[in-house]
Amino acid sequence: MGTRQPPQQQAPPVQKLRLEYSKRGRARFASHRDFARALERAIRRAEIPMAYSSGFSPHPRISYPNAAPTGAASECEYVELGLALVVEPDWVQRVLGEALPLGLDIIRVVPAEGPSLTERLQASRWLIDVVGVPRPVMEQAVASLMGAEHVLVQRQTKAGVREFDVRPAVLALSVVDDRTLDFTGRHEVPLVRADDVVSALAGLVPAFVLARPALVTRLAQGPWLGDSIGDPLVG
Amino acid sequence: MTAPASLFEALEPLLAQVAKPIQYVGGEVNSVHKAWDSTEVRWVLMYPDLYEVGQPNQGTAILYEVLNELEWVMAERTFSAAPDLAALMRQAGVPQFTLENHLPVSAFDVIGVSFATELGYTNLLEALDLAGVPLHAAERGDDDPLVIGGGHAMYNPEPMATFLDAAVLGDGEQVSVAIASIVRRWKSGGRPGGREGLLKQLAFTGEVYVPSFYDVTYVPDGRISSVTPNRPGVPKRVRKNTLMDLDEWPYPKAPVVPLAETVHERYSAEIFRGCSRGCRFCQAGMVSRPVRERSIDVIGQMIDTGLRSTGLEEVGLLSLSSADHSEIGQVTKQLADRYAGSNVSLSLPSTRVDAFNIDLANELSRNGRRSGLTFAPEGGSERLRRVINKQVSEDDLLATVSAAFGQGWRSVKLYFMCGLPTETEEDVLGIADLAARVVEVGRQVSGTRDIRCTVSIGGFVPKSHTPFQWAGQAPPDVIDGRLFALRDKIRADRRYGRSIGMRYHDGRPGQVEGLLSRGDRRVGPVIEHVWRSGGVLDGWSEHFSYDRWVAATDAALAGTGVDLAWYTSRERDEDEVLPWDHLDAGLARDWLWADWQDAIGEHEVDDCRWSACYDCGVCAELDTSIQMGPTGRTLIPLARVTGRA
Repeated sequence: MGTRQPPQQQAPPVQKLRLEYSKRGRARFASHRDFARALERAIRRAEIPMAYSSGFSPHPRISYPNAAPTGAASECEYVELGLALVVEPDWVQRVLGEALPLGLDIIRVVPAEGPSLTERLQASRWLIDVVGVPRPVMEQAVASLMGAEHVLVQRQTKAGVREFDVRPAVLALSVVDDRTLDFTGRHEVPLVRADDVVSALAGLVPAFVLARPALVTRLAQGPWLGDSIGDPLVG
Repeated sequence: MTAPASLFEALEPLLAQVAKPIQYVGGEVNSVHKAWDSTEVRWVLMYPDLYEVGQPNQGTAILYEVLNELEWVMAERTFSAAPDLAALMRQAGVPQFTLENHLPVSAFDVIGVSFATELGYTNLLEALDLAGVPLHAAERGDDDPLVIGGGHAMYNPEPMATFLDAAVLGDGEQVSVAIASIVRRWKSGGRPGGREGLLKQLAFTGEVYVPSFYDVTYVPDGRISSVTPNRPGVPKRVRKNTLMDLDEWPYPKAPVVPLAETVHERYSAEIFRGCSRGCRFCQAGMVSRPVRERSIDVIGQMIDTGLRSTGLEEVGLLSLSSADHSEIGQVTKQLADRYAGSNVSLSLPSTRVDAFNIDLANELSRNGRRSGLTFAPEGGSERLRRVINKQVSEDDLLATVSAAFGQGWRSVKLYFMCGLPTETEEDVLGIADLAARVVEVGRQVSGTRDIRCTVSIGGFVPKSHTPFQWAGQAPPDVIDGRLFALRDKIRADRRYGRSIGMRYHDGRPGQVEGLLSRGDRRVGPVIEHVWRSGGVLDGWSEHFSYDRWVAATDAALAGTGVDLAWYTSRERDEDEVLPWDHLDAGLARDWLWADWQDAIGEHEVDDCRWSACYDCGVCAELDTSIQMGPTGRTLIPLARVTGRA
């Protein structure tokens, strides 16, 4: 009812924890929203004392920076929890790990310190499975992309087809084996995804044709140290 | 049979190409993964629609737990593949699979399909075809699964008779265990008599309907002449199943927690089964008698266990008319006390129109927002409400909404049906007057113009085993004409029209539902024709095609002498053999006919819980009885130990 006052303000969190988790196997097909629902329910099953937002429908204080897209597997996703009580990070790791569905595993839990996760997640390293593309074509396409100054790709968005340059975000790109590419990209706006790199390679070399859509796996995420990705939970 | 291999590896690349792939991967919290070789009888439970609709289904969730609690039974789930995945599966040769271990559905012993609505029929054909299971029961061999239908639509399974090996009526808890036991014995005994031998054992129980054991003959004008058993020992009539002690069966205890988004995101505790209000349009109320209540302490325990096992925060107190539980006041008060200060929210779907419900609603919204209340007068005029036996006077309704608006509620939603027997345009236009009075009362009582009344209207579909099973269904153009007249009348109301919203669906899907609800075996080829011409997901407006159904009835009923109108808009005589007369929902046919005559005569009948028995037949026929409180018991306090290191 319009005149009713919202419930009283909730207390701010007394502890913030950062979690590193993986999304493997079947769980790769969870969307960001699917994961968020699963995590919130797991938190309730595990009875983790969350801090809540204020208002008519209070939500547990959780931030989800830079989640991997639906269909991507990942060894390194991050969330930050705001808690109403101080608890042991190891306890959270154990009970939450038990409460999450198959394929979602908690790797580390540490107290939040220093700059925000969003500030620290500057770059990602991906493995891209490009089954069906001959090795020489892979080599040629990678060399061609790395040698170019601008590589435009198109992506279907809700607002229609938009075109953007993927090249500035590509920090490293190499061929690992007969079906795998290793791609490190800087997080920019718009975010250049592994899929966009595949489109770029296909645009540069017409013979770059996949037998089926590329499966991608994120291996690392964190601060860009100039030649590699650092640990976002340390320092 | 040796354990089949998982299909996941073949499926995974397809999932990268479809919408909402999460619905196909399984692995959810509380899903049960058993080893094939450690079990003897293997079930697939299917709700024939997309995961987002099927997974929250209460019946399937109950059977999943009941069956998996038996260590010799393995029960896995399957749902409809959306058209994008179905096309890729056909291309890649990946068959219909289960969610737990991604096993081929065709390798299981039983496919149990829950038909809550007739609009799921084409989805079963699609799934069987994807599974590589022969479409027609007669073409299946000893190694093919038994395809068994359940759910409310199976009170008339005749349109699906050719595709189903068997159907069960009523509560599934005990009969599914009985079926599993019979299959177990048959398998361990060397499959005596083959598939037919197994079906006979099921049929002899009198609680499992095997359509192929009955012959149907017709008279020249198209009506049914007779339905007779064609094997010795097969009973003339098949009984519905009735679970008599809900407290002994507190399921679901730990329902699967979907990763994907679904239509209901709550833990539902069924507080009672059955309803004797006697609304004449309501198949659920008629077929699920007698009323059997669950005790307040068991309800409380189920909710505690359910919330803890799932991590859900919303609770629904489920039944056909939840405020009718004999201890509902205590149930809601004690639950509201227990969860005060937490983020758990309680809801009470399916409530009546009276002031008592406002108290309940207030209790349930203690720490939340009072946004909207829903009531279902169903008929637009007092006369029509007498016809359908929905005993709500206009004064009751206005007193109820007045109480609601006085206590802070600001919007009311009213449910109605259009196309009810004896209905005229005047009855439907009465809805606009009623809604205007609701808004008028609301403005007066609340002192604000910020009042809203939403009218939601669906077309009435006559169903089997109800007093309206003999009624002619209003054709789509009649329904649409009345709905448009109502819409125009609301729009023309300058004082209140802008505070009244109207939501409705056109009458055409209702006609198809009517065909499937009261059809006979000649409708089977229509369903198959629709599916063969691409029809699936008929419950989804973006997939449903009326024209395809009309074309299919024209083609598949040609030469039978009957047609779409014959099945839907034709009124039946008392002596006509109805397609479901050999299926026993417990209701006496004489009583149903008398109640149909009372409807036309605008006579009401009271609820037998609070007044005399009117001999509907159920308790005598099935040797059951009403089970209700008050028990005087209370919620058991929760002992919570939280192991926070």
